[in-house]
Amino acid sequence: MRRTELAIVGAGPAGLSAAVEAASAGVHVTLIDENRKPGGQLFKQIHKFFGSKEHYAGVRGFEIGMRLLEEVERLGVDVMLDSVVWGIFKEHTLGIIHDRRNILLRADKILLATGATENALAFPGWTLPGVMGAGAVQTMMNIHRVLPGRRAIMIGSGNVGLIVSYQLLQAGAQVIAVVEAAPRIGGYGVHASKLRRYGVPILTSTTIKEAGGKEEVERAVLVKLDGNWQQIPGTEEEHEVDLICLAVGLSPLAELAWMAGCRFEYIPELGGHVPIHNSNMETTVPGIYVAGDIAGVEEASTAMEEGKLAGIAIAESLGYLRSDEARDRKGEVLKRLSELRSGPFGRMRRRAKERLQRRYGVE
Amino acid sequence: MPPFSARDKLHFKFGKVKEDMRIEEHPILGRLKKGKLVEIEVDGEVIQAIEGEPIAAALMAAGRKVFRYTRKLHEPRGVFCAIGRCTDCMMVVDGRPNVRTCVTPVKAGMKIRTQHGVSDEEN
Amino acid sequence: MSLERDGVLSDEELAGLPGMPSKERLNRGPVAVIECAQEIPCNPCEDACPNGAIQVGEPITNLPRLIEDRCTGCGLCVPACPGLAIFVVDMSYSEDEAALQIPYEFLPMPRKGEMVEGLDREGKVVCSALVVRALNSKRFDHTAVITIVVPKDQAMKVRGIRATARSPL
Repeated sequence: MRRTELAIVGAGPAGLSAAVEAASAGVHVTLIDENRKPGGQLFKQIHKFFGSKEHYAGVRGFEIGMRLLEEVERLGVDVMLDSVVWGIFKEHTLGIIHDRRNILLRADKILLATGATENALAFPGWTLPGVMGAGAVQTMMNIHRVLPGRRAIMIGSGNVGLIVSYQLLQAGAQVIAVVEAAPRIGGYGVHASKLRRYGVPILTSTTIKEAGGKEEVERAVLVKLDGNWQQIPGTEEEHEVDLICLAVGLSPLAELAWMAGCRFEYIPELGGHVPIHNSNMETTVPGIYVAGDIAGVEEASTAMEEGKLAGIAIAESLGYLRSDEARDRKGEVLKRLSELRSGPFGRMRRRAKERLQRRYGVE
Repeated sequence: MPPFSARDKLHFKFGKVKEDMRIEEHPILGRLKKGKLVEIEVDGEVIQAIEGEPIAAALMAAGRKVFRYTRKLHEPRGVFCAIGRCTDCMMVVDGRPNVRTCVTPVKAGMKIRTQHGVSDEEN
Repeated sequence: MSLERDGVLSDEELAGLPGMPSKERLNRGPVAVIECAQEIPCNPCEDACPNGAIQVGEPITNLPRLIEDRCTGCGLCVPACPGLAIFVVDMSYSEDEAALQIPYEFLPMPRKGEMVEGLDREGKVVCSALVVRALNSKRFDHTAVITIVVPKDQAMKVRGIRATARSPL
């Protein structure tokens, strides 16, 4: 049985940021990730981030990832890669598979920063090779430097759909269209404008009816939707494509929180079932914290801030930070978080997070 | 061994020409630094791969999209999530079935086979 | 045409933006045109301007306001905007031409002296354009700034370019 003070599951932006905060305060941190390399989704993000200087505005995602990693290494955090946390048990014990062996790790505090998973959209032909998640396309292009197709259709016009479409253009593919079921574009106007400028149509009130092909995707049939989300017969349009990307939302990866007995609330704006937590990022199970997309699907910038918040709160609870020091640091993070959760896009998420936090302590 | 370049077209056993889908030059990521090139075998054909990259990446770089066929209806499957969660990309690797090729790194001399069903049986 | 429905700013939406210079200022010489229309927490443009000509302030969701008399058209804001929404327009370039600085993140990188196609906000080819400068400084972190010359009446329309196919190196 191994021991640590803080076990962090997931070395993405939230986990890395929490590790930096906690380790800086003196906490013994073990950072665990199932992948061979840490960084979560950060290394796929080749676009410049928004926000202010404190939020790393203007810096590309992968660059932010590298800076966080350097910090984590410099602080001597114990990093376990290629390690799957398969279970969470009483007395804060984690079951971890590493190098084909099972390891038990007992921690004083646990932070679950396991992120979110892409949703799928089922339609006839969706199982054909060539239908992939937008995140999968990003991984193939930006991490593995492989183009998954030459003519693509993107389903979904949220920021993920818009950004990955732009990245497909940068990688040398053609994007025939971005398809959006709602009557409005879901993501930022600037992301949409970049695509329209380069000839990519964004078709609202449209969905994919079916994908066709013998062994692989060869064509997609699009169809228009009426005011009740119903397909309008006769509006079908066939397009020759070899890649169909699904950017239809993300859902928190919260199995470990379920196992641990955390209470959840269903909040669609945050991606579905989300573990209830307070402003210290602590769940309804004392000593178990959450941060990042697992606590509600938002962005990398909010994930980093929530990670910092959790790291500070955990350091405080372990006695490494005085309460006034912790309060000041948390105050700075909360200010930056409220900046990120403002404006017409952020406001909705802030209200959803407030609703979630209000459920804490309610029986 | 011919030099590995973006312009090479790779020929498979049945005369199908597959194009190289490797992104050699990228406006943000720059020129691809390849690392060690190794040879792997896919359904009996030798293809080149970059040591350590996921098997799925090597296959997709060679234009290959169909990785396995389902047990009951023999339907083709390929990469879907690319992150080790969905199991669509499983193939038989060095005799072992159900290997998630999107998270398993390539090693020189690896033998990879299209999987039929959920075991290592050939169709 | 609207930003929310089509991803393209209509002429009305553009005219009302605080980042839009006046016609008079446009005719005087190079000036920034900030096509930022949504309240998103974001302010690197404010930090990038050495002359204090871009104001966002607090909260950082404020739309950037152009102080046109302070703007020299230096173009440092162009690669700084993560949304690629800032351009520099120089109506004084010549009698019938204007020069535009646009952010560009694709390959092949256009070269000085090349002719490219000028694309409007809907991606339609509206003119051909001469590339007079292609700047890809390390400071810009891979957002190149391409200066093109277009007919004056296209200066407020062209926002993208299509390089003609060239055999890559």
